[in-house]
Amino acid sequence: MSYLDFRASHRFSTGFRLEAEFETDQLVTALCGPSGSGKTTILEMIAGLKQPHQGRIEVGRKVVLDRQRRIMVPPERRRIGFVFQDRRLFPHLTVESNLRFGRRQNGRPGDGIRFDRLVEVLDLGRLLTRYPRNLSGGEQQRVALGRALLIHPEFLLLDEPTAALDEPLRDRILDYIARVIDEWRIPTLIVSHVREAVLRLATRTILLNQGRIVTSESASLL
Amino acid sequence: MLTEPEWNAVLTSLKVATASVALGLPFAIGLGYFLARWRSAGKWIVETAVNLPLVLPPVVTGYLLLLLMGRNGPLGRLLDEFLGWRVVFTWYAAVAAGAIVSFPLMVRTIRVSFRSVDTRLEEAARSLGRSRLSTFYRVSLPLALRGIVAGSVLGFARTLGEFGATIMVAGNIPGQTQTIPTAIYSLVQSPGGWDRSWPLLLVSILLACVTLAASEILERRRERHELS
Repeated sequence: MSYLDFRASHRFSTGFRLEAEFETDQLVTALCGPSGSGKTTILEMIAGLKQPHQGRIEVGRKVVLDRQRRIMVPPERRRIGFVFQDRRLFPHLTVESNLRFGRRQNGRPGDGIRFDRLVEVLDLGRLLTRYPRNLSGGEQQRVALGRALLIHPEFLLLDEPTAALDEPLRDRILDYIARVIDEWRIPTLIVSHVREAVLRLATRTILLNQGRIVTSESASLL
Repeated sequence: MLTEPEWNAVLTSLKVATASVALGLPFAIGLGYFLARWRSAGKWIVETAVNLPLVLPPVVTGYLLLLLMGRNGPLGRLLDEFLGWRVVFTWYAAVAAGAIVSFPLMVRTIRVSFRSVDTRLEEAARSLGRSRLSTFYRVSLPLALRGIVAGSVLGFARTLGEFGATIMVAGNIPGQTQTIPTAIYSLVQSPGGWDRSWPLLLVSILLACVTLAASEILERRRERHELS
């Protein structure tokens, strides 16, 4: 079964053209490429924060966008967890309120992500009463990850989860992500410009350059 | 220290200023958000209309209000016929005048505070399953709260000082529509009034200080809360 079927074409006012088409049936897929190649834009289109001029996006078995059939599911009804590169924690809310912010939509039966278990897996217990501005980069990243998971997403988007973190911390965040994927088996698309960083998680890598897919193959072949 | 009519003027002023802010605030929040977020060709028309009372002499604003709400004015006739309300020369008219002159100040302050709210946080809220409305209440509004409080304080202070438009539509009836500024004006016009107007002047200055201090304290408390 295909977890994600993405087809989009979009012309930006800057002249940049995104023309991408890919499909993945792997639990963890990496989307790599130099900065400015359109990786984040693809994530935003999957999440519904940007609408391509033309295209069709299917997540799980749900069509979330089809320009031809005029289907455009708004972001709040896509159930796609998005962990932003800049984290975007709500500064006026405590860590706990940030985590509980998402609206839980009917989770798959017997498959829920419980708050307590999530706090345990991501080691967030000590942080719950703090405010985002008092957290380190790695802690913020874990809270952002936890917040996205608590909406019981059907698909998870991670945008440069290790950006702005130094080497040892980078490995630890990847450990946390691996733990999460292991525990809840959520299909995930990870964007990274450091291919090595995500190789250990992803079983398939898609290479993007200047808005176009260059290669799309199993990670083991690279 | 204050005579009874003077006390009444102080109470009327506070009543009118509070009601004016309460009346204008929901609209100011809505419009402030709209002006901060939407970019459309006709936006400048709305912006000009909102800001007009800021540059118009209050007496002219009052005159226009009188035309609108007077017994033969379109709004005045409607209110009279359907609700039996005669607004002109009651304290309601003073509220209308206060709401209109303070409105641009409130909208401007609130718009700036909404503009400083990071739209990326609003996007994050949407991706977390929150509708536009829910995102507004849970993210945009709380993050703009400081500006909304500041705008309300500014509007309150502006209405306390309102003279021109108020005297046009509400008059200067002691015990009914007389406010601090119109009472001071009356006192000064009467013989020996110069010597008797200082208590109201002091009250006026005191109210201004209290209002400013209140907004300062609110802001500090919020800051401390966010840093804790």
